[in-house]
Parts: sequence; structure tokens; C-alpha cells
Amino acid sequence: MSAPHLLVHEHGDNVGVVVVEGLKAGTKMLCVVTHDNSSFELTANADVPIGHKVALKDLKAGDTAMKYGQDIGKMVGPAKKGDYVHVHNLKTKRW
Amino acid sequence: MTIVANFELNKNRLANIRGRKIDVPGFKAPVLKRRSSAKNDNFLGWRRENGRVGVRNHVLILPLDDLSNSACEAVANNIKGTLAIPHAYGRLQFGEDLDIHFRTLIGAGSNPNVAAVVVIGIEDGWTKIIVDGIAKTGKPVVGFGIEGVGDIGTIAKASYVAKEFVQWASELQREKCDIGELWVSTKCGESDTTTGLSSCPTVGNMYDKLLPKGIHGVFGETSEITGAEHLCKARAATPEVGERWYKMWEAYQRDVIEQFKTSDLSDSQPTKGNIKGGLSTIEEKALGNLEKIGRESKYIDILQPAETPQKGPGLYFMDTSSAAAECVTLMAAGGYVVHTFPTGQGNVIGNPIVPVIKITGNPQTMRTMPEHIDVDVSGILRRDMTIPEAGDALIANIVRTSNGRLTAAEALGHREFSMTKLYRSA
Repeated sequence: MSAPHLLVHEHGDNVGVVVVEGLKAGTKMLCVVTHDNSSFELTANADVPIGHKVALKDLKAGDTAMKYGQDIGKMVGPAKKGDYVHVHNLKTKRW
Repeated sequence: MTIVANFELNKNRLANIRGRKIDVPGFKAPVLKRRSSAKNDNFLGWRRENGRVGVRNHVLILPLDDLSNSACEAVANNIKGTLAIPHAYGRLQFGEDLDIHFRTLIGAGSNPNVAAVVVIGIEDGWTKIIVDGIAKTGKPVVGFGIEGVGDIGTIAKASYVAKEFVQWASELQREKCDIGELWVSTKCGESDTTTGLSSCPTVGNMYDKLLPKGIHGVFGETSEITGAEHLCKARAATPEVGERWYKMWEAYQRDVIEQFKTSDLSDSQPTKGNIKGGLSTIEEKALGNLEKIGRESKYIDILQPAETPQKGPGLYFMDTSSAAAECVTLMAAGGYVVHTFPTGQGNVIGNPIVPVIKITGNPQTMRTMPEHIDVDVSGILRRDMTIPEAGDALIANIVRTSNGRLTAAEALGHREFSMTKLYRSA
């Protein structure tokens, strides 16, 4: 398998992590689910730095972001499938 | 030009120094006949008077308090091969805060990586408490109070003893020890999303393989389990231990976070570095953090900060801060002799007593600051290295480090010794 652009922990996750440097908007990303090494494709809508997240489906404010098959916080703004997800649209439910 | 002999220059390695890319001389060592440790089942360590095994042979010059740092550093300067570990605090502390201070100093001196200790304090009373605590290990330890003598007289007396200690220690020999005799701690730092995908699961895989061989393990970072507390509670060996863990975690939320917070902690936990690395929330950070305990390991007891485990081999949780130097200092004081430290964005921490092995899976960090990294697991993100392969690479590095190989942090002189302070002194 060629090196993936994006890794996803679990099948239930709705965000994945960019694992290559210099990812550009419009890149058709090879995405791998680490749980079982299955793969799929997704087009990035933005330049996303390595280690930062991309939405795997359309998310709206109030939705729960899922990673590791777990709740990692709430969306406070929308993200379309392929959009950049970070502190501008995702916030902790704690503290 | 660069003139080389008996090694090869690696011109492909680039370092980014002040914005300029330069060739850095790499080092492919001459081929030496070396002891085979292919099975990684044993290592060469120093067996101490109490039976514990260390992987370093330090003679510590240990200040009781901030006021005594100067004398300790003077002694360490006089007597080569000794090590002063200056720190803040040690005056007018009381209650639990003082207990942690004493436990941390006694634990540091008692660590099997330490052969002998010279303690210097401003007065005799508390100095004796530290000396008596360390003396229980059976190792040579001496204390000096400065009051009534002054720095110069104290430094002179302490230097004579330190010289005897270091010459004695230099003759102690390493002996073959089973890998199960290692005490291996873990805490990650400057985490990002790559730590949860690669370097933390690497440590977890190491624990899944070495805990069954009889090692002591420990993880901590109480605040940084927030978001994964339900998973952490479930990883206790018994429901009773899980309940005790949960009460401890809740107490931190209630007594510290809720009492002192002025915001949602978004500027502290996750840190600015975490956010730059792509982590958005404490929940996301905690889930990655917890990958360090692997798939099968269960913790058997909860330790107070700097407390020594008493229930035998296995994994423990220590109630610590998530700040790197504070946490590693507490774990070293608990008696752990090797530390495994996953990092994403590139934490540079070391410890004076315990070798800190850095692991990263972030290829950008591997490229920009490789001198700080001991184990490169960036292949995991490219899917050309598996987690079990990375775990084996870490175990091999732990054995080499235990046999004497200096870690990156040791070679670079990182000796962060940070006391945990609970509240204002009297």
C-alpha cells in the first residue's frame, strides 16, 4: 500500500488526522482506518497541516466529534466533509 | 571542509539552524564486536545494597532547600563525576506539601541509579530527615547543615566526603540482570495527534510485552486523563482499585481545577504546542495519552506523588501533574530507573537521575529536531512500520540505554529536576 495521507482510528470516527506534510486543498487523499487497515478516498477542501484533522462527513454545530471511537468534544461551527476541523469549530465539553 | 576518519559522513541529514539548511556530520559507527542482546532478556546494571538494580551510577550532591543549591553546585564543581541537582523550595513548607517535598528528595537519593548521596541543608533538622530516609536503602549517605559553619566550611567538608564516594562508586561493577528487574515509567509531552497514533501505542506495546516479564511500570498525569476517565477506570486490575482511581481523579477536578480556573483551560490543557500539533480538546489529548498503557495491561495500585510501589511487579498509576519535568521527577523519586517519553512536537526534557528515552512518530519533528529523539517510529504513519515492530524497537533501545548508552537528553545535558508544590509556603 502506498503511504496514506490521512489516518482514522476507528470506523465510527467522524474526523481523521492528516499524516503528511504540506497537504494542499483539492488533494484526493488515501485514507486508512488503523483498526483494520481498510482504506477509502476523500478530497481535502483546505490546506491542512500534518497532525491536523479533517471531517469525514458533514458536521454541524452541536454535533459530537468522534475519534478513537470516543467523544472528543462538540462542534461549535459547521464542517463539510473534507473540511478542516480544529479549535475554530471544535471545543471541549469539559472544564 | 570537514575532515573525517574512521566514520562516515552522512550528507543527507540536514539541520535547520537559524533558518539555514546545513549539512550535519552524521555518524555511522565503526563496526565493533559488541555483546549480543538480540533477545533483550537481560541487561547490565548495578545491584544496590537493598537488592534493587540501577542503570546509572550517580553520586548525588542533594540540596535540602533552595538556599543550599550554591554549596551543592560548588561541591559538584570541586569533585568531578558527582552531580548536584539544584531545585526550588524546601523552606517553610508544611502538611502534605512538605510530605511531597521530603518524599521527592528521599526518593531521588534512594533511586537505584544513585550509588551514594551527600545532602546539604541550611539547618540540621530537616537535613537529617533526608539523610535518614535515604539511609534505609543501605547506601552511603552523609548530611551537612550550613548554619554555624558557613558555605565555605560546608563545601570543604562535603567535598572531602564526595571525593571518597565518587572514587568508591567508580569501582562498582555492572552485573547481568533480568529485564524483569527494570522499573520503567512513562509520561508523554508536547503531544500532538501523532502521539496517539504512533509513539504512545509504541510505549503501550512495550508495556504489554515487558509487564508479563515482571517489570514495574507507571503512568500518571491526572488532569490529562480527562475525557478518557471512563476508559482509565476500567483498566484497573480490580473494581476497588478503579473506584479509588476515580475518586482521586474527581478530587483533582473539584479541588484544583474548579477552585483555581479562570477559563476553560483552553490555554493550558491542551497547551499551545498541542494545539499547533493539531490537538483540539482535552478529550482528544487524553485518549491519545491513555494509549501508553497498551491493550492488555491493568494497573494494580494508585501511588501518591513520589511514592514507591509496594505491591510488587505490575503497572501503577501515580497522581502527578501533567507538566513534564514535575511528573518525571516524581516518577524518578518513586524508584523508576528508565523513563519512556513519547513526543509529537518535540519535547526536549531530561532528568538528572533517570535516562529519558524520547520516541516520536512525527516525521516533521524527526526532520527538524532529530538530535532530541532516541526512537523514530514515524514509519507507523506511513504504514511501513507496525505498532508491534515499534514496540520491539523501543524495548531494544531500553536495553541499550540500560546497558549504558546515553540518551539524547543525557548527551545534550538535560537535567530537569522540578519539585511539585501544592500551595504557598507558610
